[in-house]
Amino acid sequence: MTDAVEPAANELPAEGDDIPIVEPDPEPEPEPMPEAAAKLLAQLEKELKDGIIESGHTFGDLVVRVTPEAWRKAAEVARDKLECDYLSFVSGIDWMPAPKVGGDDAEGDTSAPAQPTETTYGVAGSDGRFQVFARVSSTSRHHGVTLKVDVDEAAPSIASWVSVYPGADWHERECWEMFGISFDGHPGMRHLYLPAEFEGHPLRKDFPLLSREIKPWPGLVDVEPMPGEEVVQEVIPE
Amino acid sequence: MTLDFRAEALIQKHLADARINIELETEGMVLNLGPQHPATHGTLRVVVKLDGERVVSADPVIGYMHRGYEKLTEFRTYPQITTLINRIDWLSSFANEVPFIHGAELLMGVEAPPRAEYIRTILTELSRIATFVLFLGEMALQVGAITPAFYGFRDREHVLNLIEAATGGRFHPNFNRIGGLKVDLPQGWIDETRRVMKKIFDSVDDFEGLVVGNEIFAVRTRGVGVIPAGVGAAYGVSGSNLRASGVDWDLRRDGPEYLVYKDLDWRVWTHSDGDSFARYWVRMQETRESCRMVLQMLDGLPAGPIMAKVPRIIKVPEGEVWVNTENPLGEMGYYLISKGATGPFRTKIRSASFSNVSILPWLLKGVYVPDIITILASLYFILGDIDR
Repeated sequence: MTDAVEPAANELPAEGDDIPIVEPDPEPEPEPMPEAAAKLLAQLEKELKDGIIESGHTFGDLVVRVTPEAWRKAAEVARDKLECDYLSFVSGIDWMPAPKVGGDDAEGDTSAPAQPTETTYGVAGSDGRFQVFARVSSTSRHHGVTLKVDVDEAAPSIASWVSVYPGADWHERECWEMFGISFDGHPGMRHLYLPAEFEGHPLRKDFPLLSREIKPWPGLVDVEPMPGEEVVQEVIPE
Repeated sequence: MTLDFRAEALIQKHLADARINIELETEGMVLNLGPQHPATHGTLRVVVKLDGERVVSADPVIGYMHRGYEKLTEFRTYPQITTLINRIDWLSSFANEVPFIHGAELLMGVEAPPRAEYIRTILTELSRIATFVLFLGEMALQVGAITPAFYGFRDREHVLNLIEAATGGRFHPNFNRIGGLKVDLPQGWIDETRRVMKKIFDSVDDFEGLVVGNEIFAVRTRGVGVIPAGVGAAYGVSGSNLRASGVDWDLRRDGPEYLVYKDLDWRVWTHSDGDSFARYWVRMQETRESCRMVLQMLDGLPAGPIMAKVPRIIKVPEGEVWVNTENPLGEMGYYLISKGATGPFRTKIRSASFSNVSILPWLLKGVYVPDIITILASLYFILGDIDR
């Protein structure tokens, strides 16, 4: 953890707290990949070859990043060769750091947890802002794999999984309306949760949470008087 | 060309059938089931195209209760988020908290003390029992039997009283903390739980006699809404629904180790039929199994603290983790991505009912109208769990 991370304003002072905050090692040793995950990775590498860009693991789970061309093939390989017959989810990630509420000069919504402002990517990395990721697992062999794929920011689009896992239908519709990532070969791309005339993609980081723009988090500065109370507090002193 | 007289008879027969079909042909009808319908447990709308009494196509319309939890988690700290995720599947709120807290604990390298893990497991199983006894009554209600519904609500009340006594909340306990639990169990709770478990055993026996042994119930549910194992898994159907299709897969046993299920003596129930009756039967057995687990845990409840030492300000180190658990309705999972702040950078919430219901367009094709209600009831979904 670096000093660049500003503490959120709503954090209570830790005075009198005898439990120290444990700082993790700045550069921890990379853990070796668990055997089961390494086996799965070897099987995937055999089938997909150049389709795999990077792989990693987190808490024993294998995470594999594939090329956009190999995305559908990856699903087929996972289903047929790894016996991953079960689809948990398909969804998206927007790696862009969230802009400050009200622009750079504004004080921003101090109640929200302060996230780092530099862009970093998670396990198995990323090539840009958008990623689609999915989790499949095997009901018979009890293993699973998380697959990730980079999506072009200018024209976000990726192959659909519906022909491989029919359950991907709703997940991809959700991902489309929430991130604006379209899926080629999807049988009926339309809104799932939101009304048809909705504009914007809510889970993108630059989509503001309107309720916070209008009014700061009430738990932080609660200036509303109780019913029957005459005194109105004007400004909370800094 | 001369035809064999039998071939000619066959052609004539088919022609006659075709003529009748043309004469009796009905215009397709669109039926809106919901959003407010007594048999939909909330605001699920299913647009059903009918040919007579037979469903041609069904299209569930969801989102009437979409609250955008995935977005909201990005604006809240970890301890604040448990309040939100209580409201995903509100029948088993406690079970929703467990995977989220477990994921944050994994990332932080914190481990809850054994007593906290035991109490978590007990409360998870209690919420499973509360969810399932309600189902046992409610499903019977939806196929036309009124009495079991009252039994279901009565028994759930016993269990909810226990959860309320321990956590302070009937539906939204918000009881998990990163590193343990809010408070310890109240005095007398263990004996009371033993008494309630005995009541639940008896009442599940009642359900078995009243409902499972009932001929009308069997006729309404057997062979209705059959989900083959392969199709169900590919749609992401999970939990009891998948086990009723003969898939021997339970995350409590087969997933990465969580809570204390490894210490307990229990079994996974499956049924080979995959129809609505099988789903009822599997949940009935699992209710009993959960009661047995609770009794075992009450006997082996370790003493000790209920909270590990954690910093006062929860900051989760950078990393990502996928945690999924076996919730009453199926597989519930959180994909947590942390960037070292006090709140998550992204949370993907994988809820069970969403995937369980996504099979409906496939499952409802070709069934009759009354069977829609049976199938909806037997899949057992919670709207908050679909819409998130």
